[in-house]
Amino acid sequence: MGESEKFEKILLSHGSGGKLAHELVEKHFVRVFDNPLLARLDDSAVFTVSGRLAFTTDSYVVSPIFFPGGDIGKLAVCGTVNDLAMSGARPLCLSLSLIIEEGLPLSELETIVESIQSVAIEAGVTIVTGDTKVVNRGSADKIFINTAGIGIIPENVDISGSNAKPGDKVLLSGPIGDHGIAVLSQREGLSFTTRLESDCAPLNSLVAEMLNVSADIHCLRDPTRGGLATTLNELANQSTVSIRIEEEKVPVHEAVLAACEMLGLDPLYIANEGKLVAIVPAEDADKILRAMRRNRYGKEASLIGEVSANNPGRVVMKTRIGSSRIVDMLVGDPLPRIC
Amino acid sequence: MCLAIPALVKSIEDKEAEAEIGGITRRISLWLTPEAKVGDYVLIHTGYAISILDQEEAEETLKLFEEIASLGGEEV
Amino acid sequence: MRFITEFRRSDLAKGLIAQINQRSHAPARLMEFCGGHTVTIFKYGIRQTLPDNIEMVSGPGCPICVTANTDLDKAIALAKMPQVIIATFGDMLKVPGSHTTLQELKADGADVRIVYSALDAIAIAEGNPTSSIVFLGIGFETTAPTIAASVLQAEKKRISNYYVLSLHKLCPPVIRAILDSGEVEIHGLVCPGHVSVIIGSHPWDFIARDYGIPCVIAGFEPLDILQCVAMLVDQVESGRSEVEIAYRRGVRPEGNEEAIRLMEQVFEPGPAAWRGIGEVPDSGLKIRKEYQHFDAAIAFDIDPGQPYEPEGCICGDILRGIKTPPDCQLFGNACTPQYPVGPCMVSSEGTCSAYYNYGEGP
Repeated sequence: MGESEKFEKILLSHGSGGKLAHELVEKHFVRVFDNPLLARLDDSAVFTVSGRLAFTTDSYVVSPIFFPGGDIGKLAVCGTVNDLAMSGARPLCLSLSLIIEEGLPLSELETIVESIQSVAIEAGVTIVTGDTKVVNRGSADKIFINTAGIGIIPENVDISGSNAKPGDKVLLSGPIGDHGIAVLSQREGLSFTTRLESDCAPLNSLVAEMLNVSADIHCLRDPTRGGLATTLNELANQSTVSIRIEEEKVPVHEAVLAACEMLGLDPLYIANEGKLVAIVPAEDADKILRAMRRNRYGKEASLIGEVSANNPGRVVMKTRIGSSRIVDMLVGDPLPRIC
Repeated sequence: MCLAIPALVKSIEDKEAEAEIGGITRRISLWLTPEAKVGDYVLIHTGYAISILDQEEAEETLKLFEEIASLGGEEV
Repeated sequence: MRFITEFRRSDLAKGLIAQINQRSHAPARLMEFCGGHTVTIFKYGIRQTLPDNIEMVSGPGCPICVTANTDLDKAIALAKMPQVIIATFGDMLKVPGSHTTLQELKADGADVRIVYSALDAIAIAEGNPTSSIVFLGIGFETTAPTIAASVLQAEKKRISNYYVLSLHKLCPPVIRAILDSGEVEIHGLVCPGHVSVIIGSHPWDFIARDYGIPCVIAGFEPLDILQCVAMLVDQVESGRSEVEIAYRRGVRPEGNEEAIRLMEQVFEPGPAAWRGIGEVPDSGLKIRKEYQHFDAAIAFDIDPGQPYEPEGCICGDILRGIKTPPDCQLFGNACTPQYPVGPCMVSSEGTCSAYYNYGEGP
């Protein structure tokens, strides 16, 4: 039994590069992530790759770190895997940097690490390099994670937020708002209980299946912070087009609707971590939709709207009662309200 | 103003209740509606039930709308 | 969701819209007083569905928007005090006081917490015995009874570090003030639904009786608003002026008597300053002497400083229904949801915010 096994909490020494730090890395990271590149523990992971690369990074600071349906570790892998997938890339490998607040229970770190490996296996990626820092109590909120990822984009795939064309259809892979509401339900002062879980999931297999039926997908984006509304606005602006969606076609779980009604929030602005928006040529929409529905993460995929040329930059929604209204980007945080 | 939503009273203990809407449950106070019973729908505002929903009136109102819809009929 | 989804049915909406369009001929300027109604009207594009002779104007029914600068400055002064935790509904966080917002103060280290209910504030008080928890009491008659109940609950639990800064306001007096100002001619009033759940329908009688203006108490779903408009149109076309309840599943003529009793036990009417309107007598709620140990205004020596109103902001005129946001020079350029100047833009149900966020699409 190594020295770090005697400790139940992460200490500053665990991040200082000394023996304790080495033990932590070997017993808790290298052992779990189990791959030859990482096991070498060189300063960089060295490997050969050919093709067009996609490269992305994200930091994760979610609080609470454990929420229904996942934890910060799962989020960190899914977030970066999904960013790669949104470029049409097949994700290859990730870096993993941890900033840990001293005092974090070792058991919590272990759970997070297991979570990371579990999702990495599902997504078919390896954690090939990493870093660990430990900071004073109060200088971080339990744990912050940064991941960077590399993926390879198949030839003849050209996916970008600026590729949407008038006449294209807008597809959504499933119900919106689950993640944001699941996390909100854990926050102090908003106590409500729900069986709702975060939708946090790696979407690269879904994207691969979509690309199998059509290499001509124009845009892919995952509506994370800011929700579907913000994502659609981003795409409309980048592509200089307008997007029109129908309220009745956007799937929302009843529990999300209920929580939003209670707190005065709008599901269109709530974060998702396992959904994607696809903008595709009209003639391919049906077959892509069918491919999405065959994947476990796209079972409730829906055609929610279309792209047009007038009023570029604008997102409009046809409401349930037949009239239209503008859907703007999110400004700031959606705050629960009484009015 | 005044977001208030209808929720079903599932259980009552003293002046508090568990209320459910769309699968979400929340503890609410019955201080303003002490006569509420399990099975009632109440309007919840900031964690308090402010009224017991009159289900009959709700049904009547919807019936009225349906009559209007069947008479009106013009596509707008 | 029962009693929500059914009241959003598009087939029933079409029927109501058709009826309104068939029966409405006379010009009808209808004012909705309640911010929640403003949101529904914009969210569902209701104005597009109405004939041209019907005009909807928004009144001062957003309790955030009508909170006077000085009152916000008091909350901010409290937030700066040591050992004070401010508990507030989310609505208040971004509203500009004379110089800053609670959100900015929070970023600077003040302990400001968002709660969904006054009960959550009491829980914070119980969990932080060495701090004073000041709950910002905003809202109209819908919310005031819940705050009254919270005071009584705190008393029952012998909690001595829970305080309320009462910024509550009453609707009927301010509607009277607006009608008396004669600034805007309205032909019908969409009466607040949840305020009426508490106070009933009789407090609105004076509007129909003394001013000859039709009143219909409406719920908050799109079908509720359409039904209300249809009933107002009926009154206008037949020359009647009465108070009618459209929101029959929630509102009884006598209101919620227990809620009224609790509200009157803890509060009494007092003067209140309404942003853009000024002081309206007996339009606010003060904590009664018997409960003054819960009154933040008495327990703390609050110095709000000199109030400052930003130039060019016409929130006051908009709240009184005599101007619309496009009339404001700042609207959409200097004043946006990201950088709001006045409260009408900050509050999610403020008129300016509604115009900006929902617009009316093609």
